[in-house]
Amino acid sequence: MSIMSPEFFANRRLVLKGIGVAALVGFGVIPLDVPQALAAANDKYPEEAFKQKTEAEAIKALYGKTPEASDKVKMDAPEIAENGAVVPIAVTTTLADVTSISFLVSENPITLVASYRIPAGTLPAVGNRIKMAKTSNVIVLVEAGGKLYSATKEVKVTVGGCGG
Amino acid sequence: MASSIRVRATSNGDTTEVQALIQHPMDSGFVKDAKGEIIPPHFIQQLTFEYDGKPVFLADWGGGVSKDPYVKFSFKGGKKGDDLKVSWSDNKGATDSTTAKIQ
Repeated sequence: MSIMSPEFFANRRLVLKGIGVAALVGFGVIPLDVPQALAAANDKYPEEAFKQKTEAEAIKALYGKTPEASDKVKMDAPEIAENGAVVPIAVTTTLADVTSISFLVSENPITLVASYRIPAGTLPAVGNRIKMAKTSNVIVLVEAGGKLYSATKEVKVTVGGCGG
Repeated sequence: MASSIRVRATSNGDTTEVQALIQHPMDSGFVKDAKGEIIPPHFIQQLTFEYDGKPVFLADWGGGVSKDPYVKFSFKGGKKGDDLKVSWSDNKGATDSTTAKIQ
């Protein structure tokens, strides 16, 4: 197991959690050190982006740039989702040098749903299942060659996925 | 304990297609229970797939990913019989991992 591997950090996080909050405060230097190490490994969880309530703020927190709509980003989403708790969305793109793909739902309380990092050699295509509170635009962002592209589609929801 | 992760990785000789299904409540923190009390957030934050010691796919998830999440992707390479390692960690610090053979 290499020191930069995700399981190292997973284990380390576990150990840190196990020490307890009081100890964490006591060893203030340790939790400070962890995010830096994570960033170095390009493994940092984008905590701030997952707190944002609007798509513009989430995109800014995640990428720090503005997307441009592209017909090279193909989203496969239902016109109508009967169950907002499970909405299958898939995306493929013909763009080259894709480094990340993210999914946002405009009307969800937290707009960012999922963000995937695509290392070289991994195909720029992802399928997943997301929750939708109500009828909303679904936005897919594709970061390719340092630029940000998007595709948007409205999905009508008959039964919301966030109301229980 | 049985693993929370079910993964199927299939190679066609050129690329390997990976589908994973994980058992997890993925509580967003916005849903109330029958008593009207908020169910606290409990969701997977990171999910990693590693092949040959390198990450081939990294997912950052919020509470908006469906319960018992599913994800599908493909990567170039990957030999039949080789290992694909899958691991996740959630917002409460729980983790799980498994290793699947590419078919």
